[in-house]
Amino acid sequence: MSSLVIIDSECANLSSIYKAVKYVNLEPVISDDSKTIASARAIIFPGVGSFAHAASLISRKKLTESLLKAIAANIPFLGICLGMQLLFTRSEEAMLGDSSEPAEGLSAIPGEAKRFPAGLPVPHVGWNRVTPDCEDPLFRGLEQGSNGGTYFYFTHSYYVHPLNQAHILGSTDYGFRFTSAVKKENLYGVQFHPEKSGPAGLRLLSNFGKIIADKRD
Amino acid sequence: MLAKRIIPCLDVRDGRVVKGTRFINLRDAGDPVERAAFYNREGADEIVFLDITASVEKRRAIIDVVEKTAEVVFIPLTVGGGIDSVDFMQELLNSGADKVSLNTAVLKDPALIQAGAERFGSQCIVVAIDARRSEQTAAGGESAWEVYSHGGRPPTGRDAVEWAREAEKLGAGEILLTSMDADGTLDGYDNALLSAVAGAVSIPVIASGGAGKLEHLYEALTDGKAHAVLAASILHYGTYSIAEIKEYLSQKGLPVRPVKN
Repeated sequence: MSSLVIIDSECANLSSIYKAVKYVNLEPVISDDSKTIASARAIIFPGVGSFAHAASLISRKKLTESLLKAIAANIPFLGICLGMQLLFTRSEEAMLGDSSEPAEGLSAIPGEAKRFPAGLPVPHVGWNRVTPDCEDPLFRGLEQGSNGGTYFYFTHSYYVHPLNQAHILGSTDYGFRFTSAVKKENLYGVQFHPEKSGPAGLRLLSNFGKIIADKRD
Repeated sequence: MLAKRIIPCLDVRDGRVVKGTRFINLRDAGDPVERAAFYNREGADEIVFLDITASVEKRRAIIDVVEKTAEVVFIPLTVGGGIDSVDFMQELLNSGADKVSLNTAVLKDPALIQAGAERFGSQCIVVAIDARRSEQTAAGGESAWEVYSHGGRPPTGRDAVEWAREAEKLGAGEILLTSMDADGTLDGYDNALLSAVAGAVSIPVIASGGAGKLEHLYEALTDGKAHAVLAASILHYGTYSIAEIKEYLSQKGLPVRPVKN
């Protein structure tokens, strides 16, 4: 049985995620091999850059099927930033490129990624609070709900809008409240970068490690 | 609410931290990896390494610093200084940098901003602008600032506000704005320059150059409309700790990420 697989989505923050995950004593492998992905015990799906580019990369590497299989197998799965957005049906961003065809996501969670409304500085860059909507093992020790949540590091221009409220795990205030964490069974997504969010981010990754361990037992 | 960021800037030459005044008189200020880890523990929101290594042969040193830092520091790392190609950006990002700060090379070849943004995303691309108050004034008799390249030596004839606008259009995700008049003086940031640029672009502006007192940081974030403040001397020489800075800003009503998050 293969271990924790970080999907090689050729994004710029791949090494940061690898180092942070290793730092919390997990043993990740970076891979874009469909067999390795299909037999993974858990998956971290990172991504930065543009939605259309990432979507075409996934289809070029023929990862769509193995990612969907892994999601269907209900193994612990964590999408980070664009890696979370790609779990959704589609993104407004994909319509801005040369292609007139909107790129589609994996449709594992119904909804879409939307651009921040005009008037807000974009990208939304920096540390902002994530308020978990409910108790969840991913945010264990990080709830601090009474004083407005825990700070995590963000850098993005689009945010997700899940169609089903039940999939919202946490939200963040940027002039309005947007969804910054999602959950559907063992499928998690976070808009912020736990690998760059100091002690809080490391705690979240370590919590994800516990979810993996509990799932195996 | 988005927190105001406090960013220690480490000028690195041949793998060591140095700090000067108005771009000269460099003094040794320690090991960059140790300093970065120290600021991370203290509650810094990001770290900036500015590589001021003069020779291309010693370029490898900064990659080494970034690699070692990224093993132990899990907050955003930005690297600037002498970055003149997409390949070098790639090398730095692979080593563990999260953003690259572009300056001289993009003044010569602005298309490099676009090339970097297309390949890595705008969130990776910071455009650094070194500006000095100009004798000339902008239309309407307002103040103007001229952009300088090569760590502050030759003037470029470019207007700082115009250049910031162009950089944003080409795909920059943030502007790191240094006032050469204020840098190293400890007399405060050039808030007129900051607010002129911050008012002209919608991407975040990081204030740099001139921090000496806590009020200076507050003023840059309010009067100067900056999203983040870069500080060097006051941190390296222990004038203030990051905790003291954050407590001060918080008491003044600005949102900051608490040191004990």
